[in-house]
Amino acid sequence: MTELLNSIVQGILIGGLYALFAAGLSLVFGIMRIVNLAHGDLIVLGSFLGFFAISVVGAPIWLAVCLVLPAMALVGYVLQRVLLNKTIGSDVLPPLLVTFGISVILQNGLLQIFTADNRKLDFGEIEVMSLQAGPISMGWYAILIFGMAVATIYGLQFLSYRTRLGRVLRATTDDPEVAKLMGIRTDHVFGIAMAIAMVVCGIAAILFAAWTSFTPLSGPSRLLIAFEVVVIGGIGSIWGTLIGGVLLGVAQALGGYLDPAWQTLAGHVVFVIILALWPAGILGGRKS
Amino acid sequence: MTSYSISRFNKHHYATGLALLVILLVLAALPAFAGKATLRLATEMAGYMALAVMWNLLAGYAGVMSIGQQAFVGAGGYALFMLAGFAGLPLIPAVLLAGLISALLAIPVGFILFRLNGAYFAIGSWVMAEIFLLTTAQSDMLGAGSGLSFPTAVAKSFGNSTERAALFWWIALAVATTAIMTAYLWLRSSRGLALTAMRDDEDAAAGLGVDILRNKFAVFMLAATIAGMVGAVLFLGKLRISPTAAYDINEWTASIIFIVVIGGIGRLEGAIVGTLIFFALRHYLADFGTYYLMALGAVAIVMMLKLPQGLWGAIYDQTGIELFPLRRNIVKHPGGPL
Repeated sequence: MTELLNSIVQGILIGGLYALFAAGLSLVFGIMRIVNLAHGDLIVLGSFLGFFAISVVGAPIWLAVCLVLPAMALVGYVLQRVLLNKTIGSDVLPPLLVTFGISVILQNGLLQIFTADNRKLDFGEIEVMSLQAGPISMGWYAILIFGMAVATIYGLQFLSYRTRLGRVLRATTDDPEVAKLMGIRTDHVFGIAMAIAMVVCGIAAILFAAWTSFTPLSGPSRLLIAFEVVVIGGIGSIWGTLIGGVLLGVAQALGGYLDPAWQTLAGHVVFVIILALWPAGILGGRKS
Repeated sequence: MTSYSISRFNKHHYATGLALLVILLVLAALPAFAGKATLRLATEMAGYMALAVMWNLLAGYAGVMSIGQQAFVGAGGYALFMLAGFAGLPLIPAVLLAGLISALLAIPVGFILFRLNGAYFAIGSWVMAEIFLLTTAQSDMLGAGSGLSFPTAVAKSFGNSTERAALFWWIALAVATTAIMTAYLWLRSSRGLALTAMRDDEDAAAGLGVDILRNKFAVFMLAATIAGMVGAVLFLGKLRISPTAAYDINEWTASIIFIVVIGGIGRLEGAIVGTLIFFALRHYLADFGTYYLMALGAVAIVMMLKLPQGLWGAIYDQTGIELFPLRRNIVKHPGGPL
């Protein structure tokens, strides 16, 4: 029983991380109407940048974070301006195929540089310290992950509704053509949006890299998690991603509790059930 | 007095039709003058071509962006191993049944997936394929994670390895020909007119009374049927199937997308041209490993941005040549009665 409770609590906490994976995907879809098939591979790229800075160069963690996040933002901005802006339109095919191509290039590029070995970041003691609350023990690192996730999502919310940039982003989301008429440089705004999404990915990437091991081919599983969370929570709802993330985390934890081999499958199955029952997601509008 | 009628045929279509028939006959006679290795390569090419024709129909015409076709390829492969390998069914009915099983599986899968539109359908289909993979890997009857080997005794009953290669090639050729002809006849029918309208503008097509969902679902099931048969014949050739190979997204979907994009999306001929180019590239460049795959990704991106109609699209724009006549032409009959 205690073990079950522990699994659920851990599922909830790790769900915060899944919400972060999803927030980037949701942001990009919301503003540019692009479903980024390279999303998972970009997260893995962030993990490898962190790995390179910490384990290869030997930088302290704070410095690595200060280097990786701007690097991710730059990658996002450049990708958007150079490639993805050219694919935006009513046709869904070009962005899908171009991001699919980016995904293939990233996976194989990372394989070439870092080989297929399993990697993991080492954050030291915090990874094993835990907080005992009655019968339940919670890892401090999992709590840190959840806290960072809530803070990041709150930050996105703040950015979106309390800043000038947020107003520009929302205006562009509502109607890019009219936004353009109002003097907004949509190309640049799209670049900024992708850069923000990549910073969120970078945060998730570094946190996740110390939570579990990763290889250059881990991207697709991250993408599927992000996608499932977005659909479960409701497309376009930022707090929905947190609920979706927690649900998926708990589903995986329960599946893994029954049989370690069912962990991923349980997540997929819950996704399918929710999609069948509430096609618009749990916090989604009644739009068909 | 001059009258007009609408026809799909030009004079050159009789020539291309004849040429295609000759090519088909030569291909059918391939075992007479080609070795085992060539036959195996040809079998693989036929399978990829069939998948590419179907993916083109899905994404190029029906607007169904599936990146989960590996689900049906794998299911077909496993179905064949169970039916022909272990239940003792004759080979041809087993291949047909493998297609039917994939089609039946496509019904519940489609029921769930068609709630998602456009790009979200794409990732949803991938999740479905992952569910197929993980479930298969959990199933002891299907050999769990390590997969199944085709029983040697049954394989031997198909003849020695040369005879087997010929037999599998004929089946693959039949599947590919069926895929191409079905796609062609489908596109020529009134359903095809609806599909072409959907390709050009889905909203406008819906406004003109095209039942979008019904057409999408129909194409999805057709593609699943062909994918099942392709999986059946290709894994038969390998005599070995495992979950990771059966439901490999790179093999059964990424390569196919590359083929269609290079050849020309939304053109029946594109899939055929693309398959030839893909196999040529693979033959010469596969030794470069990751660089080769990165190059494929880069080529796909550049094609999509610079030449979105693909190579065949470009050829068609320049010359107007169609191997499979779909375009309607106005024919002038000078002096004839109306």
